[in-house]
Amino acid sequence: MSITIEESTSTSRHEKSVQVTTVASRSLLLGLVFGAAFGFLLQKGGVAKYHVLIGQLLLADFTVVKVMLSAVVVGMLGIHLLHHFELVELHIKPTRIASNIFGGLLFGAGFALSAYCPGTGAAALGQGNLDSLAMIGGMIAGSFVFAEASGWISHRVDSIGDKGKLTLHDVLPLSRTLVVLGSAALLSLVLIVLELTTVR
Amino acid sequence: MNFNDHYSVLLAVVDPLQYAGPAWSPYLVGALIGVLSMFTFYFSNKPLGASTAYARLAGMLGKLVAPSHTKSLKYFHDNPPKIGWEVMLVGGVVIGALIAAWSGGEITGRLLPAMWQERFGAHSNLLRAIVAFVGGGFMAFGARMAGGCTSGHGISGTLQLAVGSWIAVICIFIGGTIVAMLMFAV
Repeated sequence: MSITIEESTSTSRHEKSVQVTTVASRSLLLGLVFGAAFGFLLQKGGVAKYHVLIGQLLLADFTVVKVMLSAVVVGMLGIHLLHHFELVELHIKPTRIASNIFGGLLFGAGFALSAYCPGTGAAALGQGNLDSLAMIGGMIAGSFVFAEASGWISHRVDSIGDKGKLTLHDVLPLSRTLVVLGSAALLSLVLIVLELTTVR
Repeated sequence: MNFNDHYSVLLAVVDPLQYAGPAWSPYLVGALIGVLSMFTFYFSNKPLGASTAYARLAGMLGKLVAPSHTKSLKYFHDNPPKIGWEVMLVGGVVIGALIAAWSGGEITGRLLPAMWQERFGAHSNLLRAIVAFVGGGFMAFGARMAGGCTSGHGISGTLQLAVGSWIAVICIFIGGTIVAMLMFAV
């Protein structure tokens, strides 16, 4: 198998004289390091555990939502601040209402069946949950099945409610700063309510 | 999708809270993941996201088995399969979780999760493998259709306030809650 190395997208921030291969392997190494940090945190956060993930979907254990919302609040403030100083580029995924809804519901059904999502499933494997291997096999098979249907879906489904890279501050008649701060405050409030009302 | 027809003896609801919770505070872990996402944006110009890696692997396997057919598919044409940042990220997740579980004495090394076993019995290895495989298949198809998963949409997309990401993650939890209730709470 020939391994094609991805050309780093962060080249612009580096000396042009640096060899492309060096930049590419640096990108791969960074991916591995960031992945290891992500996996470490997911496991310590308990979200590689079957009963914590299913417990969230059964609305009994709110660990998953607490982890996610805390990450969103910190990341939202941090990344918009970095973007304000032109230190990072944003990567906003297009809003395609039909595909977002159907894909999300189907993903959710699969999430409940396997209990592991793509990131936490890899963490579950590292933790020693061997059933995650079946989920990983299913992910690879399902990705190929999607690729088989990708021409039809992009033609027929993605076009329904295709709004492009739409953000909340495009929709609301408020400035981006206000929307970011307001969203972070609202989500923090949700976290406080969860802390006060949930057992775990 | 009704397992209860086959497992009517085990109708008792299993309480997920009887098992051990997270080792660290979920708020601390979440905040650190938020900081980590700042790092990936700054140093790698990439958002955190896990599902793409599996599609890359699928394409690489497809290229081994049926090269010309795989190349003819729109998704792989638009997203050439290769070992890139995303695959390394997911590989790193396995390693990082292994270190975390080892350091905390939480290595499981078993096929059946305890809560699954309490619900579906000790002899449900094959059922668990099939359900996890089908679940993985649904997730991959759903993630590719929606444009991301619990990390790509649920964390990276929502923190950028992308409308589609909020729609997708809300639908993920609606779909997940319905199916989990059918499996465990009916």
